[in-house]
Amino acid sequence: MEWLAGVLRAAWRRPSGRIGAVLLLVVAAAAIVGPWLLPDPAAQPDVLGQAYLSPGLGHPFGTDQLSRDVLSRVVSGARISLVVAALAVLVSVTIGAAVGLTAGYLGGATDTILMRLVDAARAIPRLFILLLLLAVWERIPLPALILFLGTTGWFGTSRMVRGEVLRLKEEAFVSGAEALGAGRRRIMLRHLLPNTMGPLLVAATLDVGDVILLEAGLSFLGLGVQPPTPSWGGMILDSKSILVTAPWTSLFPGLAILLTVLAVNLFGDALTDAVDPRREGSPAPAGRP
Amino acid sequence: MPNLIQTPLLSVRDLRVYFPSDAGVARAVDGVSFDLNRGETLGLVGESGSGKSLTALALLRLVPPPGRIERESRITLEGRDLLSLSESEMRSVRGRRIAIILQDPMTSLNPVFRVGDQVAEGIRAHVQVSRREAKERAVELLREVGIPDPAGRAEAYPHQLSGGMRQRVMIAIALSAEPEILLADEPTTALDVTVQAQILEVLDRLCETRGMALLLITHDLGIVAGRADRVAVMYAGQIVEEAPTAELFARPLHPYTQGLFASIPRLTGPVGRLTPIGGTVPPATAWPSGCRFRPRCPKVFEKCVIEPPLLPAGPDHLTRCWLVEGGER
Repeated sequence: MEWLAGVLRAAWRRPSGRIGAVLLLVVAAAAIVGPWLLPDPAAQPDVLGQAYLSPGLGHPFGTDQLSRDVLSRVVSGARISLVVAALAVLVSVTIGAAVGLTAGYLGGATDTILMRLVDAARAIPRLFILLLLLAVWERIPLPALILFLGTTGWFGTSRMVRGEVLRLKEEAFVSGAEALGAGRRRIMLRHLLPNTMGPLLVAATLDVGDVILLEAGLSFLGLGVQPPTPSWGGMILDSKSILVTAPWTSLFPGLAILLTVLAVNLFGDALTDAVDPRREGSPAPAGRP
Repeated sequence: MPNLIQTPLLSVRDLRVYFPSDAGVARAVDGVSFDLNRGETLGLVGESGSGKSLTALALLRLVPPPGRIERESRITLEGRDLLSLSESEMRSVRGRRIAIILQDPMTSLNPVFRVGDQVAEGIRAHVQVSRREAKERAVELLREVGIPDPAGRAEAYPHQLSGGMRQRVMIAIALSAEPEILLADEPTTALDVTVQAQILEVLDRLCETRGMALLLITHDLGIVAGRADRVAVMYAGQIVEEAPTAELFARPLHPYTQGLFASIPRLTGPVGRLTPIGGTVPPATAWPSGCRFRPRCPKVFEKCVIEPPLLPAGPDHLTRCWLVEGGER
């Protein structure tokens, strides 16, 4: 994928892309390496003596009401948040691309039906759909949460892909492929999909930020990631009652959410410019070697 | 029709492509008949809007909606009726037996794939070969269409190639499944004059060596001269004159064909003003009654209110004009 390399390079050339990428790398590195170096996030070494410790040498982010290390928990939460968001976006982008390709290329009744369904789904707030789905569960398993986040997030993507396909299918290379005997599936997968990769990449990146926020919100409501698995939203929920006495217990997970989403959005903005061939310094669609 | 003895490779009879529209039915192709023999080059000449490109698309059954090929049309390839084939049977005709080169080499290649892969893809769509073998054949095809350093160029993306090189790649893709018929729709219109000549040379050579039949669609009589075996001139959705090329150039009979010749600058003979054909092609929703060229024709007379059929006017020479009947020219 030299195209991808070209796009990433072009994004890196922009300040927003660089800041976003560095922040994201820091969060990702912490999420990967952190849990190996830090104390067990679930360990409660001394509930009576070591609870509510303010940030200091032993515990840089302090401890919570159960004497658990807040830094360990924030870092483990990063792991969960990033994995949930990445997998959910993978699901939603796949569905969105498939629906958009089908509707855009086949057109006619297929297009009308699919797009009316999308319109209907978009008329209901995503959070509301999720609350309805999650209310059924007492304790939702993580894979189900990922699936729900994924299957409620593709409506906008499908519209975007459909629009791209409507534009692309008028291009001569599509009629050329038809004239050489290519079938529908071949045209959709070999000719149309690769040409929508740029916008799709941008949409996916920005979606990651949305899903992190959404997951944090749901976890804060107690409907998302379930304890004892640490999550940023869940940590803020846990520290609701001690917000005044031990503010660090909610401040650090809150900052983690803020920084991560900011990083994703900054990087997404830089990508938007990078995949737009009309902007200077962007790689051509195929990327120059 | 010529060649009654030999069965033609491709035979088109009474081809009609109609487009329903708010302004009425546009009869863009309206009763076109011609034969194409094995290894033969047929020039199809006409202004834009005459229906020549749609005729080519109709042969592949790729008329853009809402256009429709009307029921009375017949297209047969070696006696097989193409219009009654299923869509998947038709797909194995496209590219494999009849291939097309489109007009614009700038947009006719997929921008995100290397050109070698695009040629290889054409091969793999119809022939069962390994990826590697397809790639090797692709390089061979690129060499055959006159691309220097074909192995190196195979790795290039379309935007890295010039217009002439891209059109050569398009030809290589069209040839990838070794079709018997090549439809070339204004293959050189978008190119520089010098490059035009090179591309036409490549087409000539390929038809010669592969024994491929060529339907060369153009608005430029200069392109068919010395290249096509026969020429059919289209006007307003119909063929108005058909003759062997030398015969047509020596003795154009239809006033429209004569008008086309008069609007080309000549290097030999007396210097005179060019005479363009007056007016424009009428809209396809409202062809004139009688002879369709009547409103623009300098030689119009009473009988032109009746629509003329294609009339014989010499050996293998047909023309859709009443003038050949009475010798009133």
